[in-house]
Amino acid sequence: MPGIIGRKIGMTSLFTPDGKSVAATLIQAGPCVVTQVKTVEVDGYEAVQVGYGDKKEKLANKAETGHFKKANATPKVKVVEFRTEVEGFNLGDTINVDFFAEGEFVDVVGTSKGKGFQGVVKRYNFSGVGGQTHGQHNRARHPGSIGACSWPSRVFKGMRMAGRMGNDRVKVQNLRVLRVLADKNLILVSGSVPGAKNSFVVLEK
Amino acid sequence: MSNILDVLNNEYREQRANIPNFAAGDTVNIHVKIREGNKERIQQFQGVVIQRKNPNTAGETFTVRKVSNQIGLERIFPLLSPNIEKIELVRRGKVRRARLYYLRGLSGKASRIKERRNKPA
Repeated sequence: MPGIIGRKIGMTSLFTPDGKSVAATLIQAGPCVVTQVKTVEVDGYEAVQVGYGDKKEKLANKAETGHFKKANATPKVKVVEFRTEVEGFNLGDTINVDFFAEGEFVDVVGTSKGKGFQGVVKRYNFSGVGGQTHGQHNRARHPGSIGACSWPSRVFKGMRMAGRMGNDRVKVQNLRVLRVLADKNLILVSGSVPGAKNSFVVLEK
Repeated sequence: MSNILDVLNNEYREQRANIPNFAAGDTVNIHVKIREGNKERIQQFQGVVIQRKNPNTAGETFTVRKVSNQIGLERIFPLLSPNIEKIELVRRGKVRRARLYYLRGLSGKASRIKERRNKPA
């Protein structure tokens, strides 16, 4: 199923009628415009392309302006393609938050916060070398051995080591829709959502 | 950004209007709903508010401290929890800070708090 594009606003909490507190994330989503409908005959596969957020007119080049004009829309900042059956989606359609109903489960895709260059303890939850005793003094958060000796005489590909962490595409599945405020284009989902405040997120059914 | 989040906080405005205005140092009596199987009853917890945390958010909590049988008891309540039947303001206290952690080290006479009275007009 296709979905909708939005921005993460922030987190809050709600009480259920039986008194449990539920963490929730508020997302400002839509209205999105269907900017292209891809079909097997023309494109070789079926997909719906959806755009969100107006772009300053002077920042859009002619190719973009023309592409969005076909859908009778202004240039958009964020465009996402959903591989799905195109039945029922026409060029220029708008998709609003009421596409989702309260109580439904959605998947949310975002770009996680960048953590910079991190060691293996933070990046891969290695436990470090252990204690500070038995002659140890400077390797508490090191990875330890990264392989054997004369065989294989190399380090295996994909060995988990220190490096850039975060800033990845992350999908969180099965978040319950707690509230849909269609007049304000807001949607409240349970739990946390990847990414910083004000970053783009994609909600899928 | 935060003003968009207020949209949800406004939902609790009515509930907040029914809560007395209390602060650290005040003595309050909390009526808490307790569920035992299918039965529901009300339990009261009376003590001194030693802090209010995350004010004006949906996650606002307050801590109530009381001394029962020479044992200090502290309970943290979510302000907007539906399990809180009623909050009664028993007595206003005159204190000079917002977090009364120093009460934990005091007992008996030393842990008394002076009552705050409105100045005569």
